[in-house]
Amino acid sequence: MKLMELQRRMAADVMRPLTGSDNIAPKTSAAYVKPNDRLTSLERLEIYNRQYWYRVIDSMYEDFAGLCAVLGQRSFDRLVRAYVAECPSQTFTLRNLGSQLEDWLRRNPGYAGQKLAVALDMARLEWAHIEAYDGESWQALGPEDLIELGPGLRIALQPYIRLLELQYPVDDLRISVNAVSEDHGAASNAVLKSKERGVVRQFTRLKPERIFLAVHRLDFSVYYRRLSVEEFRLLEALRKGLSIGAAVEASLEDSPIPLDELRGKLETWFRSWAELGWLCRPKKK
Amino acid sequence: MPANRFNGFTEYGIGIGLRIPHYQHIFERKPVVGWFEIISENFMVDGGRPLATLDRILERYRVVQHGVSLYFGSAERLNRDHLKRLKALVKRTRTPWLTDHLCWGSVDGRYTHDLLPMPYTFEAAKLTARNIREARDYLETPVAVENVSSYAEFHASEMTEWEFLNEVVERADCGILLDVNNIYVSSRNHNFDPFEYLNSMPAERVAQIHIAGHSKFTKYILDTHDHPVIDPVWKLYEHAIRRAGPTATLLEWDDRIPSFDEVHAEALKAEKYIAAPALVNS
Repeated sequence: MKLMELQRRMAADVMRPLTGSDNIAPKTSAAYVKPNDRLTSLERLEIYNRQYWYRVIDSMYEDFAGLCAVLGQRSFDRLVRAYVAECPSQTFTLRNLGSQLEDWLRRNPGYAGQKLAVALDMARLEWAHIEAYDGESWQALGPEDLIELGPGLRIALQPYIRLLELQYPVDDLRISVNAVSEDHGAASNAVLKSKERGVVRQFTRLKPERIFLAVHRLDFSVYYRRLSVEEFRLLEALRKGLSIGAAVEASLEDSPIPLDELRGKLETWFRSWAELGWLCRPKKK
Repeated sequence: MPANRFNGFTEYGIGIGLRIPHYQHIFERKPVVGWFEIISENFMVDGGRPLATLDRILERYRVVQHGVSLYFGSAERLNRDHLKRLKALVKRTRTPWLTDHLCWGSVDGRYTHDLLPMPYTFEAAKLTARNIREARDYLETPVAVENVSSYAEFHASEMTEWEFLNEVVERADCGILLDVNNIYVSSRNHNFDPFEYLNSMPAERVAQIHIAGHSKFTKYILDTHDHPVIDPVWKLYEHAIRRAGPTATLLEWDDRIPSFDEVHAEALKAEKYIAAPALVNS
């Protein structure tokens, strides 16, 4: 058997979905693997198959703990296995494994059932979190640089910032889930159980509420900052590459904010964004 | 022999793997450590905390890069984007040599994120050597390949694992990252004599040695890096040092990671073997 043929065959077997009892599919042919005095060919292959699935499932649990809290462990497990079977890792790092999860869930809504809208919001937020954590950053403009800004200038948003419009306030829920995860190993079982029940209660009380969010980082930690709709639209316009004047015009033309208040608000927003290091000069192409 | 062209003519002594649970200890206490091995892929990102942390480490410590997904043994050509990112990291760390595994793990753009075993064939040796040469030439850094732990063997194999290792490193003219724990694990899983393996490998090509712990199951041993090094592995290490000379040695501890001091103390147990006079090519 040529090397390429063997590798294609083994990769297909290693990535074959586990059965309900977490074994390799019994009809897998492992004839290319030698048995030994303790293990059959299939059992030897099964070691790799199981390790593969445990590795990718662990990675998804780590990256999408909020989605797991929304769906419940059993449904999340079912979703992860189906998702990874259809969208296996396509890069050298498991960091990117969940990159297609939101799109996949839209195509496969049955895996979230009645919780689809919240699940989609949570999947988007958690993927944005990953990107904000280690995304590229450019030299930031400080508040002192804002003096130079005029309506004709273009400024850019840091590439790592993700702007999200969500139907549910899943940011608070995600922060609670994170707090419970961090307590594992530190808090007593009773305290943990109580906190986990708190997350479940928080989720069952979650009501639709349109929110606008910037997922960003400060001192290398990721934060979720809620924005007004006007701030959000303005940041989106800047990201698209519009000049400051055009961005203000495009994003605030339907705004109910009175004109006499607008100038003050713009100054506050730009100062605050600069203090957070969100603004930078566009990269020359 | 310890300083050779495969490790950039360095004498690094004993190091440990750089792991997140130890960051706080390292930055606050600034322990004296020979060198840190980093997993290259953890730092092949565009920005944020990983790179900032690495830069702080580089201010004070020597770092060697160890990869887990270049997949020299893949039948396909190496991924150019991967190599490009790796080269950027090599420039950042100035690693004197770079290591990855003698294995494969992806095909047709789908990644298993595992170190899958090679069939020990001449075709595989030829393709693997081609990939190693390509990586070394592109990265402009000495490359050493690590023998992996394995749980399966193939009917297609035409030689033993150590013959395959010899075949690959001679064709590629590269170094060896000799993992004595992996030799032990595979010897138990495949019923071979680990000392025969050690006696057959080209000692002059050993750039670095790995030691680690593993987990025993009823019918096989799994390379888990979550225990101290066991005595039979220390014996293999001693033999490897006798053959290769006092070589840069790294303790891997990747799961259920104990305190920094505990990991470091376990690694420093290697000192007594390194200090003993080497019987080169014995």
